[in-house]
Amino acid sequence: MAGLEDLYREIILDHYRSPRNRGELATPPAVRIEGFNPLCGDEIVLYLEVTDGVVSDVKISGQGCSISQSSASMMSAAIKGKDVGEVRALIRSFKAMMSIPESGHEHDDGPVEEIGPIDPETFGELAALQGVVKFPVRIKCATLSWNTLVQALDEAAAN
Amino acid sequence: MAIKQSEYDVTKIKSDFPLLDRVQDGNKIVFLDSAASSQRPYSVLEAMDDYYKTTHANVHRGVYAIAEEATRRYEEGRLAAGRLINAPDPAREIILTKNVTEAYNLVAYTWGRANLHDGAVIVLTESEHHANIVPWLMLKQERDITIRYIPIGDDFRLDLSNLDEMVKGAKFVSVTGASNVLGTITDLEPIVKAAHRAGALVMADGAQLVPHRPVDVQALDLDLFGYTGHKLLGPTGIGVLWARAAILEEMPPFLGGGEMINDVRLDGFTTNELPWKFEAGTPPIAESVGLGAAIRYLEEIGLEKIAAHEAELTNYALDSLCEHFPEIEIFGPGARTERRGGVISFRFGDIHPHDVSQVLDQHGVCVRAGHHCAKPLMRRLGVNATTRVSLYLYNDEHDVDVLIEALTAVKKMFA
Repeated sequence: MAGLEDLYREIILDHYRSPRNRGELATPPAVRIEGFNPLCGDEIVLYLEVTDGVVSDVKISGQGCSISQSSASMMSAAIKGKDVGEVRALIRSFKAMMSIPESGHEHDDGPVEEIGPIDPETFGELAALQGVVKFPVRIKCATLSWNTLVQALDEAAAN
Repeated sequence: MAIKQSEYDVTKIKSDFPLLDRVQDGNKIVFLDSAASSQRPYSVLEAMDDYYKTTHANVHRGVYAIAEEATRRYEEGRLAAGRLINAPDPAREIILTKNVTEAYNLVAYTWGRANLHDGAVIVLTESEHHANIVPWLMLKQERDITIRYIPIGDDFRLDLSNLDEMVKGAKFVSVTGASNVLGTITDLEPIVKAAHRAGALVMADGAQLVPHRPVDVQALDLDLFGYTGHKLLGPTGIGVLWARAAILEEMPPFLGGGEMINDVRLDGFTTNELPWKFEAGTPPIAESVGLGAAIRYLEEIGLEKIAAHEAELTNYALDSLCEHFPEIEIFGPGARTERRGGVISFRFGDIHPHDVSQVLDQHGVCVRAGHHCAKPLMRRLGVNATTRVSLYLYNDEHDVDVLIEALTAVKKMFA
């Protein structure tokens, strides 16, 4: 059995205790998307503002466990100021780290390594979430905000 | 009320359950999630194993000794299921289903479609499991029916102050016998009386009740009742629906196929007699054998004694939790209150139930974290999820002490 220190890394607990980018944004110009984890009842509300192809602002509200909240907090810090193409690449890399091809079906897109290797330079603090893979039930907690982000990007693009 | 320790040997009972011997990372398992599914004693495992080794054949078909014996053993499970709740005519009135969820779907699909037309009213409660909400909501998607919900009060009990008004004009009232979240045990008597005065049938959900205390459907004057095998030491894959024979006779069949028919022609069919009318296809035979063995095990110990043991242990757990953790918020009645079962749901300060449960697991302590298939109730309580400890006949004070130690570790980690 994997040890708890693999899951609850100090940086994760830090984001959980002091979440970044908490709050709301005016809609429009931002889009607002709700994400739910039916397993645990966690919910996240993501506000995303895209200006000229760049994530100009992001805010997060809702409630959940330390893994879902810290993942959302780290995600918000990682995507703010990045262009949409970079953000989508980051989503692919994050899901690969969680052993999930972006389609959501495992093992149907060839080896996950090809989807996007973990680059410590761009991944930064997010690499701390790697230990979640050893706790399969918690993967959904870690990916909740990222799935919500995909929906938000799609909606922002459609507007 | 209190029983002497000598009359109830929890150490002996614990030793009947092989899974409770499991050691995980050096910690013996402390299983506090029996409200989700209980563990099984050797006698249940052996009965099912013996059935498969010596007696398996399909039931109600073969004209050979093994098939007849398999049929007898399958039907014995049904009779035990009826005896446990004092059903008047178990051979006809006990329908064996996959689980209690299927029992509810069966009732909503057949009785509901035959009796609930546009404008009909049914009454549920705010503390129902999804199994007693969603089948009715599915019917409501097709028909213009009204669902009223008996609210829960600030004491976590059903608010029965407006009962007559609530059931007025209703055709069906369906309530939980014991909440899987709050630990409350429903005072069924006034609900049944009011419903019958209003001309409604009453169904109670015994999933969390039957495993823990004696239940008598005749004394309660119920019309329909459901419970499940895997929460009372039996196997998964078998549930029980009881209803008065007159009600079952009037209900159209549920699933179609073999066994449930009397005759089939290319342009029609007639249905079998009760109870097989509602049991299409090869039924859960070994599971019925296992259910019968589980019921015998419970009867040998005695449900009165089990209830008394659980009441004492629940008081000990509630006292210990409140004493050690002032920040704990328990969603349910306090210690030493009437009609209080061994389910304890709580909020542990600001620490999310998933995190609580994850750290407890590291200490071998198994609890449930989540919405417990009761999202409307969670909304009413104003939470997304709770941590739930549930106690059963094999739990003891040591289990509670390990829980307290493990919760102390949770607190330290997330402080």
